Amino acid sequence: MTTVARLPWDHVPSPAREIVPGFDLERVRADFPILEQPAHGHRLVYLDNAATSHKPKAVLDAILGFYQHDNANIHRGVHYLSERATEEYETARKVVQAFLHAGRASEIIFVRSATEAINLVAQTYGRVQLGRGDEVLITAMEHHSNIVPWQLLCEEKQAKLRVAPINDRGELMVEEFERLLGSRTKIVAVGHVSNALGSVNPVAQLIRLAHARKIPVLIDGAQAVPHLAVNVADLDCDFYAFSGHKVYGPTGIGVLYGKAALLDAMPPYQGGGDMISSVTFQKTVYNKLPHKFEAGTPHLAGAVGLRAAIEYLNGLGLDTVAAYEHQLLTYATERVSEIPGVRLIGTASEKAAVLSFVMQGVHPHDIGTILDQQGIAIRTGHHCAQPVMERFGVDATARASIAFYNTKEEIDQLAAGIQKVREVFG
Amino acid sequence: MADLRDLYQEVILEHSRAPRNYREVKSADRKAEGYNPLCGDRFIVYLEMEGDLIRDIAFQGSGCAISKASASMMTQSLKGKTRSEAEKLFERFHEVVTGRARANGDPVELGKLAVFSGVSEFPTRVKCAILAWHTLQAALEGTQESVSTEG
Repeated sequence: MTTVARLPWDHVPSPAREIVPGFDLERVRADFPILEQPAHGHRLVYLDNAATSHKPKAVLDAILGFYQHDNANIHRGVHYLSERATEEYETARKVVQAFLHAGRASEIIFVRSATEAINLVAQTYGRVQLGRGDEVLITAMEHHSNIVPWQLLCEEKQAKLRVAPINDRGELMVEEFERLLGSRTKIVAVGHVSNALGSVNPVAQLIRLAHARKIPVLIDGAQAVPHLAVNVADLDCDFYAFSGHKVYGPTGIGVLYGKAALLDAMPPYQGGGDMISSVTFQKTVYNKLPHKFEAGTPHLAGAVGLRAAIEYLNGLGLDTVAAYEHQLLTYATERVSEIPGVRLIGTASEKAAVLSFVMQGVHPHDIGTILDQQGIAIRTGHHCAQPVMERFGVDATARASIAFYNTKEEIDQLAAGIQKVREVFG
Repeated sequence: MADLRDLYQEVILEHSRAPRNYREVKSADRKAEGYNPLCGDRFIVYLEMEGDLIRDIAFQGSGCAISKASASMMTQSLKGKTRSEAEKLFERFHEVVTGRARANGDPVELGKLAVFSGVSEFPTRVKCAILAWHTLQAALEGTQESVSTEG
């Protein structure tokens, strides 16, 4: 009998693996070719999913397939390929519509990213609605993408940015949030899941509170969509934003959902082709939804790739994914918090996918380098959420963020890696 | 594979735990701030000059082990040096941490600072090693706004 030498990064299945029924981890991992590579001589352990997630083969194939078979510009050609490309693009929109449970496909606007979606709303809805002395309400756990667009707007309009506080566990203080909803509040913008803390906000409740005062709500779902099922109809949110690349799709494509009545009343964001129905030098008539907000040739292959990512995720089942990730996060929380000198940042009772921590006497950047040398990819720094860092009195944190392709063994490697940090620093 | 011990040498760890010249210089005639917002490293370097001579140099702030040890050891090596000596040393230090030159066999003596030569194996950490030095340069040049080695 010949023995095949195992490479150090070969997957060793553990006998007592606790897996959610119907979730075949081995098969899922095989769908992500990028994971099959060494990093600094170790098997790659990718725990930086909140920064960007990897793409299954189905997404890579869809993008390649689009360029190989369907590529043409949309909505303008009368020819065969243009029709096909248009159909691919519009089918992607319908898949996103179903994914978010939006009422109409025309309420789905393709943008570059969640960041662009938020800027779009600030620069169109916000610019029309906000006047001097009006207010925009956000929370203390927002990342820069859901702070800066509103700051720019408030500066221009001499309006005020109000910030609902969070408690020491990293949970939004809902009573304070409610207290800050006033007669001058023109829009509320809240993250569904915090990228730095992992806290899941009670968005349905927040939307009800705001709507009771007739204030529209934008939900930044960049960190939520990869991990929880989102239903914009049930939530009754007015706008919902997310990025393709965090939900296993390509970079450069994102989505803004908006209620049709609001989108219809909003001025366009950018001018150009596709967003018009007629142009003369005297007057331009804007196109109907969703095209009014999609100036220029959009990221066609990006939309096609996003569709493939959503279909892949649907195939796994969002509830299955959420259950498995919850198991992993609970396990990771146990393993990491038992290491002496480690303090978790963000211990909300409802959390998704993110484990932020600091270590006594060791800067997160040093933790990041030492883990990287063991093949473990995490993020260190302020996670584009500097106000969150300030709230917890730290300059930075180390953040491990999980996806459904991560394993329990990888969490063990993370814990061992953090122990190694202790050894180096003594 | 680069060895972690090349980066985290005992001397570096020791300086990061107990940084030297970690204080404000009340009589400082020059000071500057260095800030790497992505990492969260932030230092102030204080200088007291006597003509061209660095009479006193100290720093305060927070950051990773590499940036803190680098600041600490920089202040040790520069006290009593002239401005042009300091600039030459920075140039040399920069060459070594970016891997453009080796630490030995060169007319400019790096001395203890040679322990940072391991940084060259960790390109993402070069910005940490040189933050204090850029801050020093800003102080010497009288730069008002904070300097960064990111981006």
